[in-house]
Amino acid sequence: FQAPAYHLILEGILILWIIRLLFSKTYKLQERSDLTLKEKEELIEEWQPEPLVPSVPKDHPALNYNIVSGPPTHIITVNGKECINFASFNFLGLLNNEKVKSAAQASLKKYGVGTCGPRGFYGTFDVHLELEERLAKFMRTEEAIIYSYGFATIASAIPAYSKRGDIVFVDEAACFAIQKGLQASRSNIKLFKHNDMADLERLLKEQETEDQKNPRKARVTRRFIVVEGLYMNTGDICPLPELIKLKYKYKVRIFLEESLSFGVLGEHGRGITEHFGINIDDIDLISANMENSLASIGGFCCGRSFIIDHQRLSGQGYCFSASLPPLLAAAAIEALNIMEDNPDIFQTLRTKCERIHKALQGISGLKVVGESFSPALHLQLEESCGSRENDVKLLKRVVDYCMNSGIALTQARYLEKEEKCLPPPSIRVVVTVEQTEQELDKAASLLKEAAQSVLN
Amino acid sequence: MNHIVHNGGLYKRPFNEAFEETPMLVAVLTYVGYGVLTLFGYLRDFMRQWKIEKCQNATEREEQKDFVPLYQDFENFYNRNLYMRIRDSWNRPICSVPGAKVDMMERVSHDYNWTFTYTGRVIKDIINMGSYNYLGFAQKTGACQEAAAKVLSQYGAGVCSTRQEMGNLDKHEELEKLVARFLGVESAMAYGMGFATNSMNIPALVGKGCLILSDELNHASLVLGARLSGATIRIFKHNNMQSLEKLLKDAIVHGQPRTRRPWKKILILVEGIYSMEGSIVRLPEVIALKKKYKSYLYLDEAHSIGALGPSGRGVVEYFGLNPEDVDVMMGTFTKSFGAAGGYIGGKKELIDYLRTYSHSAAYATSMSPPVVEQIITSVKCIMGEDGTTVGRARVQQLAENTRYFRRRLKEMGFIIYGNEDSPVVPLMLYMPAKIGAFGREMLKRNIGVVVVGFPATPIIESRARFCLSAAHTKEMLDTALKEINEVGDLLQLKYSRRRLVPLLDRPFDETTYEETED
Repeated sequence: FQAPAYHLILEGILILWIIRLLFSKTYKLQERSDLTLKEKEELIEEWQPEPLVPSVPKDHPALNYNIVSGPPTHIITVNGKECINFASFNFLGLLNNEKVKSAAQASLKKYGVGTCGPRGFYGTFDVHLELEERLAKFMRTEEAIIYSYGFATIASAIPAYSKRGDIVFVDEAACFAIQKGLQASRSNIKLFKHNDMADLERLLKEQETEDQKNPRKARVTRRFIVVEGLYMNTGDICPLPELIKLKYKYKVRIFLEESLSFGVLGEHGRGITEHFGINIDDIDLISANMENSLASIGGFCCGRSFIIDHQRLSGQGYCFSASLPPLLAAAAIEALNIMEDNPDIFQTLRTKCERIHKALQGISGLKVVGESFSPALHLQLEESCGSRENDVKLLKRVVDYCMNSGIALTQARYLEKEEKCLPPPSIRVVVTVEQTEQELDKAASLLKEAAQSVLN
Repeated sequence: MNHIVHNGGLYKRPFNEAFEETPMLVAVLTYVGYGVLTLFGYLRDFMRQWKIEKCQNATEREEQKDFVPLYQDFENFYNRNLYMRIRDSWNRPICSVPGAKVDMMERVSHDYNWTFTYTGRVIKDIINMGSYNYLGFAQKTGACQEAAAKVLSQYGAGVCSTRQEMGNLDKHEELEKLVARFLGVESAMAYGMGFATNSMNIPALVGKGCLILSDELNHASLVLGARLSGATIRIFKHNNMQSLEKLLKDAIVHGQPRTRRPWKKILILVEGIYSMEGSIVRLPEVIALKKKYKSYLYLDEAHSIGALGPSGRGVVEYFGLNPEDVDVMMGTFTKSFGAAGGYIGGKKELIDYLRTYSHSAAYATSMSPPVVEQIITSVKCIMGEDGTTVGRARVQQLAENTRYFRRRLKEMGFIIYGNEDSPVVPLMLYMPAKIGAFGREMLKRNIGVVVVGFPATPIIESRARFCLSAAHTKEMLDTALKEINEVGDLLQLKYSRRRLVPLLDRPFDETTYEETED
C-alpha cells in the first residue's frame, strides 16, 4: 500500500513528540520548593501562635462557682448560708431518699465503685441489664439502653442514625446536647421556629418539592424530627399530636428528648406520650437523662429493639466509654421502684408547680416563661437594659438578694458563643415535691421584693 | 531489639518498643478467611431475602414500611454476617466486683448468637485479664470503699445540677486541688465522663483557623473532639516523630490551605499508652518538637496515669520530664483509680478558661459524690498520704507483673505488640476464626480475655488484649500463662519469627514502613 506523504510526516512528528515527552523532566504543578531552607527556617522562627487560651476576667459571671457544702438537697448550704433549694433539678425529692441510698450502699458493698471497662469488655453488670429491663418495662417499650453520662445520651444517639446527607428538622429551642449531637452527625440541619407547626410544615413541604426533583436521592435520604418533651430553655411542651400527624404525612421519624418530662408529665410519670395519650410505638426513639427525676447519673434511650439495638455498636458514648458505676444504676432502679409505687407524687408536683406559677405572676419587671405545670421555669426581664452583660448583672443582684434571705436560686447558664439560638438571660426556678406551700409562698414573695428593690 | 539513647540523649532509659511484622502466609490466609466469610455472608443474605432462611433480625413496623429505610443493608453486612457469629466474646455480663477474679453469668445461645438466655448459673473465680484495673482499686472492701460509703450516706448518689449552676460541691473542689497536686500542675478540673472530657473540651480550646495534628491511632473521643472543634485535622503516622516534624514544618511554612494565612495555633494530640497497640508515646521527642515549633501539646493519659512511672504519676514521670512542659494533661479516673470520670490539668489560666467555657461545666451534671470520694481516697493511697505504702507497692507490683508477663509470652513464641513497660499486652491472632475460638477456649479454662477485631483494629490485625493488674498474683499469672500456652498450641498462634520492624530514626521517607530487616 501507499500512504500519502502528509500522513507519514504527521506520524513522524508525533513519534518525535512522544520521544521528547518520555525523556523530558517531570514538573510539579505547584512550585513548592521555591523556598530555600534558610527562608523556611526564618518563617518558622517568625511565626507566633496565639496563646493557648485567652485570659478570662476575674469577675466573669461563670467563673466564680457557688460552693455547696454538704448534699444539694432540699435545705442546701450555699457559700456558707443555709437556704431552701430552688435550683437543683431534684423534682421528686429522691436525692435524699433513704431507700435509694441504702440500695446504692448494698450495691457499693457488692461491686465497689467503678466498672473498669466499657460495656463490651467485662463492663456489663447484672445491675445494668436489670435497669435496662426495668426502664423498658416502665416506659412500655421493647428495649432500653443506658449511658453513663446524661449529656452523652442524645449526643451519641443522633449521630448513630443520622449521617452525612440525611436531613434533620429540629426546634430552635433545642438544648445544647442535641446541638452537639447534630453537629457530630454532619447531617443537613433545618431549624424551625419554636413550637411552630406551620413553620415545620412549610419546611417539610419544601423538602417534598426538592425530593420530586431528585427521587433517587430522596429514596435513600433519611429524615428526622428532633424535639424535646419539656423544653429546658423555655419551659413549654411540644405539640406531640400534631407532630405525629406530620410524621405520617411526610414520612419523617421522630426523636423525642424527654430529660425534663420523664418522671414529671403523665399520670404515672411516663412522660409526654402519656400526657397526650399517644401510643409509644409512634415515637421512634425516646431519650432522657436520669439526672433529674431519678436523681442519679447517666441517661437512657428506649424504643423498639429494631432501633435501640443499633446503638449497641454505633453509639459512641456507649461503645467507647466505661459503663455506669453499679451503685448509680442501683440508685436509679430504686428510684424507679418509688416512682411506680407512689404515682400520686406526680399530681402533687403538678399542683405545686401551678401554685408557684400563679404566685409569680405580676412581679413588676420580671415575666414568667414556662407552662403552668412545668417544674423548671424561667424568670426573664420584661425589658432588657440594652446589653446582655448588664441584664446578667441585674439578674445576679436579684439572685443574690434572694440567696441572702434564704432562697437558693441560680441563673440559667449558657455558652454564649456556642449556642445556635441563645435564649435571653433568666433566673431558673425549680419546683420539687419536697417544698412546702409556705416555702413556695415565701419564695414568691421574696422574688417580688427582690425585683422591687433591684429593678426599680 | 533495643532503641537506646538517640536524639541527643533525650531518653533517660531504654525505650523498647517492637511491632513484629505479619508473616506473609498468615496474612494471605487471613484474607482468604475473610473472603470465605464474605461469600457465605452474601449467600445467607440471599437465602434470607428469598425466605429460604428465617430472618431473625428485628424489623421495621408495619405502619412505617414505606418510610426511607433506617439502615442500609450494606452498612450492616459486617454486623449480620461476621460479628454475629462470634458475638458471645463481647458484652459478657458479670456479677461481682471487677477485680483480679470475677464471677460471670453463664449465657447460652440456641440460635447461633441471635439471642442469649441466662442459665442462671454463675461461673465463679474467672481470672480477669480484661478489666482496666491496673492498680487493683476495684475492690468491695477496704479504705476506698468505706470512705465512699460514708460520703454516699451523707451526700446521696446524684447531684441534679451543673457545675456552673448549683452542682459545685465542696467535694469537687477538694478533688481538683488533690489532682493538681498529684500531677504536679497548677490547677485541675474534673468531669463526669472520660469520653466527654475529650469531646467537650477540645472544641473549647481550638476552633476554626487552628490546626490539630493527631496520631493515627487516637481514641474515638479525641477524634470526635477534634471534629467538633471545626479546626483542620492532619494525621501523622503512629508514634513517628519524623512524620510529625514534617507536618509541623509544612504547616508553619505554608500556612492555611489556599489563603496562606498563618495558623492561629497548632495542637498536637497524643495518648500516653495506646490501648490497642500497647505502645507508649515518645514523649521526650514530642516535647522537643513542640518547643522547637511553638505548638501546644494535649496528652491523653487515659491508660498511663497510675500505670507508669515509679510513683504512678504517668508517662511524664516515666520519662523523667517536667509536667509543666505538657500544656494540657488529660486523663481518666476509670482505669487506675477504680472510679469514673476524667480530668484536665494545666496552668491556672487554662483551667479558669475551661471553668468558664467548657461545654461540660455549663451543660452537664457534675460528678457523683461517692465516686469523687473513691478517687480522693485512691489518689491519696497512691501518693502515700494515707499513711501506708500500699500505693507504692501496687505501682511496683504492676511494673513487675508487666515485665514478667510480657517476657514469658515472648519466650513462648507469640507475637506481642508494644512497649516492654506497658501493662496493655496485645497478642496477635490475625485470623477471624481464631478471634472467637481464643475467647471461648480461654473461658472454658476459666480465664476471661478481651479479643478485638475490625473495626477497632485494621482488618487483618485482630488481637487478644490482656490488661495486667497489680491485683494479679504471680500464681494467677502463671495459671494464665499455662492456659495461654495450651490454647496457643491448640490454635497454632505462635507466629513469632523474631523479625522486627526496623529502627524508626532512619531518615523518614515514604518507604520506611515497607522495608524489613533480615
